[in-house]
Amino acid sequence: MLLSTRKQSGFVIRWEKRLEPSQQITIAIPIVSILLALLVGGVVILALGFNPLAVYRSMLAHAFLSRSGLMDTAVKAIPLILAGLGVALAFRMLLWNIGAEGQIYVGALAASGVALSLPEAPAYVILPAMMLAGMMAGAAWALLAAIPRAYLGANETIITLLLNYVAIYWVDHLVFGPWRDPGALGFPITRAFSSAARLPMLIGRIHVGILIALAAALLFYAILYHSRWGFEVRVIGESVLAARYAGMNIERNIILVLMISGGLAGLAGVTEISAIHGRLQTGFSPGYGYTAIIVASLAAMHPGWVVVASFLLSGLLVGGFSMQIAGLPLAVVSMLQGAILFFLLGSSVFARYRLTFRRKEGS
Amino acid sequence: MDYTFYLAVLTASITAGTPLLYAALGELLAERSGVLNLGVEGMMLVGAVTGFMVTAVTGNPWLGAVSAMMAGGALAFVHAFLSITMRANQVVTGLALTLFGTGFSSLIGRPFIGVPLPATFVDISVPLLSQIPWLGQVFFMHDPLVYVTYFLVPLVWVFLYWTRPGMNVQAVGEDPAAADAVGINVNLVRYVCVVVGGMLAGLGGAYLTLALAPVWLDGMTAGRGWIAIALVIFAVWNPLRAMAGAYLFGGVAALGFRIQIIGLPISPFVLQMMPYIFTIIVLIFVTYQGRVKRLGAPGALGLHFDREER
Amino acid sequence: MGSDAALIMRGITKKFPGVVANSQVEFQAWRGEIHALLGENGAGKSTLMNVLTGLYWPDEGEILIDGKSVSLRTPRDAAKAGVGMVHQHFRLVGPFTVMANITLGMRSEGFWWRPQLIQQKIVDLSASYGMLIDPCAKIWQLSVGEQQRVEIMKLLYRGAQILILDEPTAVLTPQEVKELFRNMRRLADSGKTIIFITHKLHEVMAYADRITVLRGGRSVAVRTTTATTVQELAELMVGRDFMTDIPKPPVMSEDVLLQLANVSALNDKGLPALRNVSFSIHRGEILAFAGVAGNGQRELAEVVTGLRPVTAGQIWLDGKNVTSCSVRQIIDAKVSHIPEDRKGMGLIPNMSVIENTMLKSYRDPAICPGWMLDHKAIRARAQKLVAAFGIKTATIDCPVRLMSGGNLQRLLLAREISATPDVIVAIYPVRGLDVAATESIHQLLVEQRNQGTSILLVSEDLDEIFKLADRVAVIYEGQIVGILPATRDSLDDVGMMMAGVKRKGWRRSDVAIN
Repeated sequence: MLLSTRKQSGFVIRWEKRLEPSQQITIAIPIVSILLALLVGGVVILALGFNPLAVYRSMLAHAFLSRSGLMDTAVKAIPLILAGLGVALAFRMLLWNIGAEGQIYVGALAASGVALSLPEAPAYVILPAMMLAGMMAGAAWALLAAIPRAYLGANETIITLLLNYVAIYWVDHLVFGPWRDPGALGFPITRAFSSAARLPMLIGRIHVGILIALAAALLFYAILYHSRWGFEVRVIGESVLAARYAGMNIERNIILVLMISGGLAGLAGVTEISAIHGRLQTGFSPGYGYTAIIVASLAAMHPGWVVVASFLLSGLLVGGFSMQIAGLPLAVVSMLQGAILFFLLGSSVFARYRLTFRRKEGS
Repeated sequence: MDYTFYLAVLTASITAGTPLLYAALGELLAERSGVLNLGVEGMMLVGAVTGFMVTAVTGNPWLGAVSAMMAGGALAFVHAFLSITMRANQVVTGLALTLFGTGFSSLIGRPFIGVPLPATFVDISVPLLSQIPWLGQVFFMHDPLVYVTYFLVPLVWVFLYWTRPGMNVQAVGEDPAAADAVGINVNLVRYVCVVVGGMLAGLGGAYLTLALAPVWLDGMTAGRGWIAIALVIFAVWNPLRAMAGAYLFGGVAALGFRIQIIGLPISPFVLQMMPYIFTIIVLIFVTYQGRVKRLGAPGALGLHFDREER
Repeated sequence: MGSDAALIMRGITKKFPGVVANSQVEFQAWRGEIHALLGENGAGKSTLMNVLTGLYWPDEGEILIDGKSVSLRTPRDAAKAGVGMVHQHFRLVGPFTVMANITLGMRSEGFWWRPQLIQQKIVDLSASYGMLIDPCAKIWQLSVGEQQRVEIMKLLYRGAQILILDEPTAVLTPQEVKELFRNMRRLADSGKTIIFITHKLHEVMAYADRITVLRGGRSVAVRTTTATTVQELAELMVGRDFMTDIPKPPVMSEDVLLQLANVSALNDKGLPALRNVSFSIHRGEILAFAGVAGNGQRELAEVVTGLRPVTAGQIWLDGKNVTSCSVRQIIDAKVSHIPEDRKGMGLIPNMSVIENTMLKSYRDPAICPGWMLDHKAIRARAQKLVAAFGIKTATIDCPVRLMSGGNLQRLLLAREISATPDVIVAIYPVRGLDVAATESIHQLLVEQRNQGTSILLVSEDLDEIFKLADRVAVIYEGQIVGILPATRDSLDDVGMMMAGVKRKGWRRSDVAIN
């Protein structure tokens, strides 16, 4: 299992596969990635004329140390947790669901449809109905990619990606067109939902959605590690060969997992429009679906770490918003996100392989 | 509707399809060598903003175009490094690049939003050829970058099928073990193809800001990079078909835009969806066909190559 | 057939982690001869040839080609030295034409692809060697024999003087085999050196000039074909003394538990792997399948365990027809499977001991009453298993990849046996294990047999087979050549059957012998 790059000099540089992925390195990877990304980001920030350390400190302080900022961080973490769980589930089985953003939108779309058509319904009816509709819509959206993937081996990455655009345009269409609020002076928003259709607040600006998100994380954990089906998912993700040997049904699980993944993202969409906006509007998601991918990767697909990573990245977002006033463009945040993912990918090789330098063997 | 409408649509198909064509050619090259590059969207954006910036500063769109290629190539180099040398997952790497490229381009493009360019690529009528009734207007009254593709497509075609290095590229993508067995440096070939692919993607992005629009807006590629990737599958990895496909896809977009003008009561957003839905359907269809017939992706696409791994 | 030594390999030693593949191997091949490299699986033949073709770098030893010492560090070096190899798995690019493949990567052929020129060169070359191929055909359209010819032409086009063929007849029909060796003879007569790696004795006797026998990583003998016999070669290839017997009471039962009738199946490439296989195993009997790997053993195991569909025939388990049952159904029908691929299929290296023990039993209501797993019960069961089978592990929460090979296998066996199976399918169960581990695995298997379990054993080790089995079946090229009682008298016959020699009267033993 030795892989070598033959060099002209007297050295041979090899990637040697490790017998066991190193524990310390596996834990160090997310941390190192974030640090390196902050470094790169720091350089860019410097180039823009700001002091990186001051920027970071102020972002941190605002996002986690101020009451208002902390609440914002928590609120923005909610959709990340939900969508992040969905993405993590799919990624575990090597199903590349990049369509969380679109699934969020259709989830919101479906929930809005329910909310707008039942303005008189009481909360205990409308809220579950909205959530159910949102989850089903998200699941169905993912199904559009799951079926071609399971039965044709089609590339689910591209399909889910393209569906993102379709979903966003669909929402745009409804919000500029048939569902537009007549009294909104041409703004692309629907009529406001009834107060019954709004998720109630818990603490300050943090709404009940946080309970849903944490419950979902707990449920995810319970199912993944304590249920029969969760065991199947984990086995399939680890080794398709072993799963087949043990008699597990791979195709059925592909579809099931993608549907749940979409459903969770759909739920994220529901909580957002129900709690935050109270109506469907264009661009209500600042790329949560894409950030969720980073969350899932950082968390190495573990539900507990998904929660942590969600807070981290939402803190980044909130901190970034706060810096806009000082003139720092928000795009720094998305660049940082990309950089984190970069370094994560680049450094993960060190957990699986060891770099060795050796003098060329001779006779 | 008279002929002018149709001609206008056809002409617009070409301009709309050209950025797709550049990106698709680049991706085609990379995928032929076995590397899936999902960072095309990011590379196009980086190319678009770089081209715009350099042109705004220097006043020379050609300089802009070249620097766009450099930018796209640089980002592609990162992708090559991560997925070939560092053995990272190609799907997630491409995605990371797109995210990074999107953010980065938005960042450095900020001061240029709404800034008019001192010079862009203007349409040049090809003498004689543009006099041909109908065809002349459709094909030969475009800006220079379009004409470049007229040469680029057959060039890539000749390269892949009629030169030895080109066949090596194909071999590397089909069966790297076979290529390695005869002494071809698989990793080097892949690096080169990915970087050149990125350069072309960057150029495709620059086309948007230097010829098509020409303006800089955040995220102005609007998913064209992803359509280009699907386009490669539609073209069954053949440059000539890629050209036809790019104009077809461009046509769908151009038509959609114009249907509004002629007053059909279809929501503009539904029309915007069309290229993407169309792409998905085509993708599924081609995948299905690929299983039935013997066409298909390069055998080793997306797979890593290790000489001694048994 | 001159006796110039075209190739001399001296003192070649090559070690891999845990195994010495070649130990001080001596090998000489002459110009103009066809030389067979004979040995069982794991004897070191492929390793030796990989050293010669620059894929491996030997730890010790030297290579001389035409009297000159050469350093073969890369395949390109070997090609330059005139050495070429046709592998078992062809290195051909499917969608390309024959001529594209033959000239692939040859810088000397220029920048432009000129099919007419190359076509002519190939036609001329193939005519001069009497091997006809169509330069314009696409590889995927060709038969296996034709593809092999392309591989050979590839070597000749690049000026190979020493051609190595690795198990060339494994995928050929009898006619194609004759054709192949006709061509090889022609090549040898024109001065080339042909080396072919094989385990098939009759081919060796029919086509080779001289033979080198490898066993256990060493070269044990060099013979001239005219001066040896199949008998002698079989003994050299396989010969060893019996290891200790394990006392087994005679097979009591007449009940047939597992029966295959006229079963045929394809392998992954779509070629026939099993042809019309029929046999039965009685309760409390071990039927061992001997044969060099690659003759259909893997497919046989997969067919019995439901991992591979059959194209013809029936499989009966305790009277029930299970021919088209799913894997899950066969597991539920009490068939246990100890697969060849321990770490890839039988166990999951990253998961803990506990999780591996429940790989198949996670649906058992005893440990999973609803849809929730009862971790306490699972843990208790795992602990009992570990204790009962003496599996050494730091804790049962440890990931399994940290365990030694012997312990891994013991864990696998423990899991499979604890499901109280009626049938155990065990494939190369002691491959790569040390003596102590091997002993304990053997004990476990015999215990199961004595308790009435039927065991289908696949092994390459005749010692093991004769120690454990009640009857021995030899599988060769997908067919059962014969089934004999596993007594000392049958050893020679079995050895020869494994090498493809057929004799009359070997299919008679379908009944258990007491």
